[in-house]
Amino acid sequence: MSLDRSDVEKIAHLARLQIDEADIPEYAENLSNILDLVNQMQACDTAAIEPLAHPTEAVQRLRVDEVTESNQRDNLQSVAPMVEDGLFQVPKVIE
Amino acid sequence: MFDKTLAELAKGLDTGEYSSVELTEAYLARINKEDGAFNSFITITDEQALNQAKAADERRATGDATAFTGLPIAHKDIFCTQGVRTSCGSKMLDNFISPYNATVIEKFNQAGAVSLGKTNMDEFAMGSSNESSFYGPVKNPWDTDRVPGGSSGGSAAAVAARLAPAATGTDTGGSIRQPAALCGITGIKPTYGRVSRFGMIAFASSLDQGGPMTRTAEDAAMMLNVMAGFDKHDSTSLQTDTPDFSADLNQPLKGLKIGLPKEYFPENLNPAIAARVQAAIKEYEALGAITKEVSLPNTSLAVPSYYIIAPAEASSNLSRFDGVRYGYRCQNPKDLEDLYKRSRGEGFGAEVKRRIMVGTYALSEGFYDAYYKKAQQIRRLIKQDFVNALEEVDVIMGPTTPEPAFRIGEKTSDPIDMYMEDIFTLSLNLAGLPGMSIPCGQVTAEDKSLPVGLQIIGNYFAEQKLLNVAHMFQQATDWHLSVPPSVVAESK
Repeated sequence: MSLDRSDVEKIAHLARLQIDEADIPEYAENLSNILDLVNQMQACDTAAIEPLAHPTEAVQRLRVDEVTESNQRDNLQSVAPMVEDGLFQVPKVIE
Repeated sequence: MFDKTLAELAKGLDTGEYSSVELTEAYLARINKEDGAFNSFITITDEQALNQAKAADERRATGDATAFTGLPIAHKDIFCTQGVRTSCGSKMLDNFISPYNATVIEKFNQAGAVSLGKTNMDEFAMGSSNESSFYGPVKNPWDTDRVPGGSSGGSAAAVAARLAPAATGTDTGGSIRQPAALCGITGIKPTYGRVSRFGMIAFASSLDQGGPMTRTAEDAAMMLNVMAGFDKHDSTSLQTDTPDFSADLNQPLKGLKIGLPKEYFPENLNPAIAARVQAAIKEYEALGAITKEVSLPNTSLAVPSYYIIAPAEASSNLSRFDGVRYGYRCQNPKDLEDLYKRSRGEGFGAEVKRRIMVGTYALSEGFYDAYYKKAQQIRRLIKQDFVNALEEVDVIMGPTTPEPAFRIGEKTSDPIDMYMEDIFTLSLNLAGLPGMSIPCGQVTAEDKSLPVGLQIIGNYFAEQKLLNVAHMFQQATDWHLSVPPSVVAESK
């Protein structure tokens, strides 16, 4: 399994990660080696095996639909990089 | 004082030999003086610790104390701690003062424990050497040229260097057990779901589990008695009874059936490690245990399936770090996409980026069946191996790691080499089983003694059994009492 420059650029875009141009060859090599490692899985026949998502196969717990949390907006926004009038600020998205 | 276990320190508090304030002041002074050599703490919380200690002494005076009231411990910097920086070892969260407490922190607060500070760790718990931390590598107290293991390397080094009597850790693929082995301390990863994950910054949610890192099994039981229990805030929290983990520590081991998986003693296992582990098993036979060879035939598939499941879950979990709501934000973003990409690109280190990209690739359109689904199918095979083996035996034993502590920088150039460090530990996370590492001997490398860990694996919910098996070994041997030579010298 060998990933090239454009594969790494595509993956980095999907992950919304900026990667330094100079680091792309190393990422390509590392990721290719990791994919070689994980591809050892393909030698195992798993056609009849059910996937296991939770170790003890627990299912989602449900609760009564009632309000249990108080509004903590100010507390939680105290760690935000940029806030105005209780709203998170981001660069303009609509021209 | 610094050589006492939690249980011994609790007695000293009970008898009034010292107050919690005196104990806390002594540990804070020692951390501030000695930790420069180890870098095991990211944040030392002097002021909060002394306030907690004062409150603990007052609580003891009113007769309202728990077994833990006034005992100082350290917390891995992955547990959100209200009013304290919670960095997860990352530049991304270097400015993050948590607005709330993790359930684990809340439980220790309720018990009256004192938090000395937050310990160093691999960035977002991704690593086996503590070298991926934004705050620099942690040094192993047994040889400061070597790694302490990871990702809970700061917790392990702090306990080994007697900078804290105990610490919390988390284990996604071995991150409690491997550093415990490399630093010569005791660590237990409980059954998945035993300890709440609420406020424990997520790496791979179906694998992550918090647990104690201590000097003895007795102390680990004390810690787990505080940490464990159902939590409605964690959707995967176990809804089973929480036993008294200290209750069965002294059960005799006569007739205990120990399974030895042939896959955990491969031909290329370091012979000095194999010898120490075999000697420990002989000790168990002397205590009345019987051994039996078992097989975990899918062991070789554990690393490949883990390195799909863990990165896939990480890529999803770490998408929350977007530079908008909390954490690092890049300067002067030109648009929203630039804000996301540069905040994440500048905020995350190389190993975190690698794992996000592996996970993103595995979950991208067209690859789901070949990677994530395949890995989950293999996960069932690995679980079934353990279920089969544990029908024949009570516990499974083997080495925790294939090698003793390696040199800082030795494995950083090759991620795969680093991943193989967890070959004996990460199967348990895939299966969700509890596992422990206890010190079982030392090997010599370049004139330095390095600790060896014995891994003890039990059935689901069998933490009491593991702690009993570990405690009885520690009653019969003294490996857990060994102090790193440099630490002894510095204590004088």
